[in-house]
Amino acid sequence: MPDTMLDTHNPLAPSFYVVDEHDHPEGASTMLGFWIYLMSDCLIFAILFAAYAVLGGNYAAGPSPKDLFELPLVAVNTSMLLLSSITYGFAMLSMNERRVGSTQVWLAVTALFGMAFIGIELYEFTHLIAEGATPQRSAFLSAFFTLVGTHGLHVTMGLIWLVTLMVQVARHGLIPANRRRLMCLSLFWHFLDVIWIGVFSFVYLMGVIR
Amino acid sequence: MSSEIHHDTTHAHGSRKSYITGFGLSVLLTAIPFWLVMTNALSNNTLTGVAIMSLACVQIVVHMIYFLHMDTKAEGGWNFMALMFTLVLVVIALSGSLWVMFHLTSNMMPVSAHDMSQMP
Repeated sequence: MPDTMLDTHNPLAPSFYVVDEHDHPEGASTMLGFWIYLMSDCLIFAILFAAYAVLGGNYAAGPSPKDLFELPLVAVNTSMLLLSSITYGFAMLSMNERRVGSTQVWLAVTALFGMAFIGIELYEFTHLIAEGATPQRSAFLSAFFTLVGTHGLHVTMGLIWLVTLMVQVARHGLIPANRRRLMCLSLFWHFLDVIWIGVFSFVYLMGVIR
Repeated sequence: MSSEIHHDTTHAHGSRKSYITGFGLSVLLTAIPFWLVMTNALSNNTLTGVAIMSLACVQIVVHMIYFLHMDTKAEGGWNFMALMFTLVLVVIALSGSLWVMFHLTSNMMPVSAHDMSQMP
C-alpha cells in the first residue's frame, strides 16, 4: 500500500501544496476582510442609488422633491454626521495614544451626534408620512424611503456597535482586539458619511433643483 | 512574507492635523453646494447640478484620503484593488441602469388618442 502512494519525501516527487505553515496572527486579515464587506455594502447602495435615479421622477401626480424637502433641516443633519466623523477621528487619535478616558469621551460625543442625526431623520420621515408622502404614494417616494432608510438603518446599527464597543473598552481597556474593533467601526462610520455625501447631493440638492 | 502579514493593526491612522484638514475641506465642500442651491447663485439649474455632483465627487475623494486613510499601499494594495473593482461595478450599475431605463422611457412615451388610431 505505501508503495502506491505519492512519496512526499522524494524531492523529485511533485508537491502541489504549501509545505511550510504560515504564521497567522489573530486578526491579521480582519481589516482587509472588513474593507471587502464595506465594498459589498457600497454595491447595495449603488443599486439603491440607481433605482432612485431611474424612479426619482415618477411622482404619480403626487408631491415632488421640491414640495417635500426642507434644505435647512438636511443641512443640519449633514453637519451632525460630518461632526460625528471628526469626533470619531479624535477617538481614534486618543486610542493610538492609549488614552482610555479620552477615547471613551470622544466615542460618547460621536454617539450623541449619531443619535442627533437619526433623531432628525426620524422627525423628517414622520413629518413626510403625516403629510401623506408615504412610501406607497409614488415610485419616487418608494425609492427615496428605501435609499435614505437603508442609510439610516446602517447608522442605527453603527450606533449599537459603538455603544457595545464602549462597554468593551470600559471592561477590558484598549486591548489589541478592542483596537481592531474600533478601527473596523471607524471604517464603517466614515464609509456611511461618504454614502451620505451621495444622498444629500444627489437626492436632496439635485431633487430640489430638478 | 511574514513581515507583510505581521503588521501592527494600528498603523498609519492620520494625525490630528490631517483630520482637521479633511474636516475643513469637507465643511467647505458641503457648504458650497447647499449655498448654491439655497440662494440660487448660479441662476441656471443645469450648471448648479453639474457643480453639485462635481463637488460631491471631490468630497468623496477627500473623505477617502483624510478619514478612511485610503492609499495604494494599505494591505499590500488589496484595499485599493477592491476599491477599484467596486468603482467599476458601481459605474456599470449606475450608467447602465440610467441608459437602459432612459431609452425604455422614451420608447414608452404615452401616445395620444390620434396616434393610437393610426397604429397598424
